[in-house]
Amino acid sequence: MTNDCLTFRDLTLGYNSHPAIHHLNGVVRKGSLTAVVGANGSGKSTLMKGIVGVLKPMEGGVLRMPGVRTAYLPQQSELDRSFPARVVDLVSLGLWPKRGMLGRYTKEDRESVGKALMAVGLGGFEKRPIDTLSGGQLQRTLFARVLLQDADLILLDEPFNAVDAKTVGDLIQLIKRWHGEERTIMVVVHDLDLVRQNFPETLLLARQPVAWGDTKETLRPENLLKARRFHEAWEENAPWCEPDDHDHGHEHAHDHHAHAHDHHHDHGSGPRAA
Amino acid sequence: MDFLYGLFIAPFADFAFMQRALFGSLMLSLGACPVGVFLMLRRMSLSGDAMAHAILPGAAAGFLLYGLEILPMTIGGLIAGIIVALGAGAVSRFTIQREDASMAAFYLISLAVGVLMVSIRGSSVDLMHVLFGTVLALNNEALILIGGIVVVTLVSLGIFWRALVAECLDPLFLRSVSRMGSPVHFIFLGLVVLNLVGGFQALGTLLSVGLMMLPAAAARFWSVRVEPMCVLAVLIGFASCIAGLLLSYHASLPSGPAIILSAGVVYFCSILFGTRGVLRARIVHHRHRTA
Repeated sequence: MTNDCLTFRDLTLGYNSHPAIHHLNGVVRKGSLTAVVGANGSGKSTLMKGIVGVLKPMEGGVLRMPGVRTAYLPQQSELDRSFPARVVDLVSLGLWPKRGMLGRYTKEDRESVGKALMAVGLGGFEKRPIDTLSGGQLQRTLFARVLLQDADLILLDEPFNAVDAKTVGDLIQLIKRWHGEERTIMVVVHDLDLVRQNFPETLLLARQPVAWGDTKETLRPENLLKARRFHEAWEENAPWCEPDDHDHGHEHAHDHHAHAHDHHHDHGSGPRAA
Repeated sequence: MDFLYGLFIAPFADFAFMQRALFGSLMLSLGACPVGVFLMLRRMSLSGDAMAHAILPGAAAGFLLYGLEILPMTIGGLIAGIIVALGAGAVSRFTIQREDASMAAFYLISLAVGVLMVSIRGSSVDLMHVLFGTVLALNNEALILIGGIVVVTLVSLGIFWRALVAECLDPLFLRSVSRMGSPVHFIFLGLVVLNLVGGFQALGTLLSVGLMMLPAAAARFWSVRVEPMCVLAVLIGFASCIAGLLLSYHASLPSGPAIILSAGVVYFCSILFGTRGVLRARIVHHRHRTA
């Protein structure tokens, strides 16, 4: 149990009684680096929101390891770019978990802001107003903020959008550094080559998990085909999901941690290949 | 020298009511202008106006029950304002309706109730008084009230500054690291109501929002950071109050509109000459650097 950073228990998330994540079970191991892949509308961002707690589950829940600090980089930021702030002001928000609402920023804090900006290749950008940044620069600024949050669990939702190839390389290095520091990382990515090269584990979603585990296994052609057949649209008249109506024949457990926990429900255990 | 003294100093040196008016309006600027900056940055500039209207039934109820007394009218206005702010805020937070629509609905209902209540008893002179106020008749009670409101406003801004900036700049981020998002929004709305109520004895319910918004809107043209913008807004507020009171004294004009119009002049000058204003954007950009 001590090794499970996140435990999904029969987690159903969605909008207007239509599920976007349907009865997800499984465990994200502490210190793991997982890519979350799937078609548009397959529930990737919804899962992220559910983990952060911005979206309340319709059923089931997410158990976080006690005391875990979370950093979340959303796909669609609600950032107001017209707000009169400088890069350094935006990045300094990442000090919130450490300093809270009232704590003073110390000299070390200011130095760490500078270091975080250097790490994403934005050294010297401190004083720039945020409305003068390009899309990619803004994305890197937000990465610097995540860096500063010093979180144990890092959730990145399509972080490589609008970012050039060189910078993607830099950011991947940063993610690998976090991985080396035993942080738990989940990243929503679309580029499967990038996933194969850099992410040890992958969760392939199509509302339900199609496959979850070792990247090479998960991204096998038959799994990808299965995921591609996934029907994105809601069906207005879809039957109501009754208890025990789903999740039969999923005894195939996730490789390394299905044994680590006991479940009090009927939905099988561990992520599995369906 | 005597001419200048007569123009700028004598009105305040010679008349106690002018001193009170100056003191009261300067205090008002100190609290209302920073609140106005955040109101503007949250794109809620017109919400301030709506809130000012929403206060009316509360003030009218106080007026109906106790006559033209500052305290009951203030407390009434405060209650009405808070009901509308909380109601509109709650509807926008918990339903799909945006805050502009819910605010419009709540304030219109409130305004209609207010006009109805004033017309039940008062004459149109009374209504004029509630709507337009008079800074020249600030009594001790009113000054103490304004002083209290300023202290509460500045202390709250000091405490919640970081949360307020985060809530304006990146609300989703704030929600992911803290539960302060919703509380800080309602605290802020409370400050808006408080400052509008503080201003309505001096400037009237309709114009008290002017001292909040116009200096803030003018300061936007001069700064790219929040802190200097707030300081500048307060200074513009101070200048407008002094200029407005002198104008009203020398030209025998009503003081409220004179103060707000002075702020309006600063606003128009800022549009033209501000560092982020029209002229600068048109002229200076003919030259550019190599990188």
